[in-house]
Amino acid sequence: MIAHLPILQVIVPLIAAPLCLILRRAHLVWLFALFASGIAFLTSILLLQQVMDTGTIVYELGGWEAPWGIEYRIDKLNAFLLLIITMISTVVLMAAKKGIEKEISSEKHTLFYVLYLLSLTGMLGIVATGDAFNVFVFLEISSLSAYALIALGNDRRALWAAYQYLIMGTIGATFILIGIGMMYQMTGTLNMEDLSRRLPEISQTRTVFAAFAFVIVGICLKLALFPLHLWLPNAYSYAPSIVTAFFAATATKVAIYLLIRFTFSVFGLTFSFTTLPLQTLFIVLGLLGIFVASTTAIYQQNVKRLFAYSSIAQIGYMIVGFSISSVTGLTATLLHVFNHALMKSALFLALGAVMYRVGSVDLKHFHGLGRQMPLTMAAIVVGGLSLIGVPLTVGFVSKWYLLLALIEQGWWPVAVLVLLGSLLAIIYVWRIVEAAYFKPPLANTGDIKEAPLQYLIPIWILILANIYFGIDTRLTVSVAQAASQSLFGVGL
Amino acid sequence: MDAGNDWAAAFFGLYNYWIVVVLMMVGFYIVIAHGNLIKKIIGLTIFQTSVFIYYISMGNVDGGTAPILADNISQYSNPLPHVLILTAIVVGIATTALGLALAIRIKESYGTIEEEIIQGMDNPG
Repeated sequence: MIAHLPILQVIVPLIAAPLCLILRRAHLVWLFALFASGIAFLTSILLLQQVMDTGTIVYELGGWEAPWGIEYRIDKLNAFLLLIITMISTVVLMAAKKGIEKEISSEKHTLFYVLYLLSLTGMLGIVATGDAFNVFVFLEISSLSAYALIALGNDRRALWAAYQYLIMGTIGATFILIGIGMMYQMTGTLNMEDLSRRLPEISQTRTVFAAFAFVIVGICLKLALFPLHLWLPNAYSYAPSIVTAFFAATATKVAIYLLIRFTFSVFGLTFSFTTLPLQTLFIVLGLLGIFVASTTAIYQQNVKRLFAYSSIAQIGYMIVGFSISSVTGLTATLLHVFNHALMKSALFLALGAVMYRVGSVDLKHFHGLGRQMPLTMAAIVVGGLSLIGVPLTVGFVSKWYLLLALIEQGWWPVAVLVLLGSLLAIIYVWRIVEAAYFKPPLANTGDIKEAPLQYLIPIWILILANIYFGIDTRLTVSVAQAASQSLFGVGL
Repeated sequence: MDAGNDWAAAFFGLYNYWIVVVLMMVGFYIVIAHGNLIKKIIGLTIFQTSVFIYYISMGNVDGGTAPILADNISQYSNPLPHVLILTAIVVGIATTALGLALAIRIKESYGTIEEEIIQGMDNPG
């Protein structure tokens, strides 16, 4: 059993998805999906323990030895990402039953869980696999179910958002496919570890340069790196709240993982950062992303859209940490991947609760909510503080490491800009606080009650995690540090 | 050999790649330039097809045949890219189907499949 954990991690949600169709009854399906996701969560905890104790786990599918067969390779980075994805997926699913009640029409509830589990499978597969082509297949599994999930939204704009995402996402995935093809053409292998050994020998050829460009641009489209972020605000604003909470916390994180995996492991540090000017390019795009997206967030009237823009800004921080290309910088990025997942899933779930009670997430409908939904709004405030990076929240930990990494390199101007970017976050979080606590309720809203427990429990689990991991950083920092050290070590 | 011949050899010797590049750009251009949702999907399909051709022609070995075990055959084409692309074709079909399904739903709720009109309806004024 233990030996098969890597494959079970992916295959449990994959098998659970069609089984949902057999169960049919929405309540049962919800419990079953929650159970499957919980099993995946347990698996990822066991995997992380095992990896931290004994090092990288290699699992050969069907007993075929790599590079002929496909292998799943779980190292510290993979295990960390698997833990984040399954944790968020499980907590978000706890709220799903109430969450989709009003936002998705009832005959589609079963299908929602099927798509959700398939999307989860795709993301877990991307992270678990050690085969470049397998990455593409899983990427498409998760993306196709993501398009359909977004289109489930009641608003007709959700359809348009899903369509735009489909076009952009498919171009991104096809770019990655072209890049993988070029790598295969040059090396005759698809296994990532094998690629990392063979690519340096031919790294000066134009085909490898082109392959790198295609793969990186493709991943950046999926990542919503500024200026390739255009699909994200619409998709996050009009998708059902549960879907937004799940994707905001996981989908872009998986793309960050791919970026790290391809630049650090497959192409190698020397090629990615020395031969090509990736560092300068990414640091500029990352900073631009922080400023443009944060400024745009300030002017949004729809709070879901506001946090969608804030997500693009947070991706900017991850990219800045990534492009420092030092152990501390990468640690900061990985910490922020974990921490941002906690903040954004909590925030979007809280917005889901507001949607459930109020029926809208426009800023003007937040007036007076501080008194009407105290627990939900308190969660939004704590999440917002975490987003700004106030001490005692997780947001502080990752910003702290990011600044440490920047100062370590002597990049003072960038450090100042990162701090300035956080000031912008104060403004957009303040706008929500002002509306909720300092404005009288709208006259005609009637009686708005606190969110149902099924919403409050998952929201507060995540918020408490935000505070807990902001104070006790031993687990996250040690895993993130170990993962980034191993990436700077000898290849995979 | 003079420069003209070199150029011609490079051009015709790599003709499969030229086809791929042309198809890829045609498809990509349609996706970007056309506002009609169905035409965009057609463009996307052409774009993806060019990548299929790229993989398929990459696996071909000059004078090689299908990889079947037989006595008088010694040179085989590489079957792996061909198998890989079967998967990609399936993925491509799924994408097209989903895209078309979305286009139908958009037509039902917006009454149009023109990008400009839809955006005008979403952001009036």
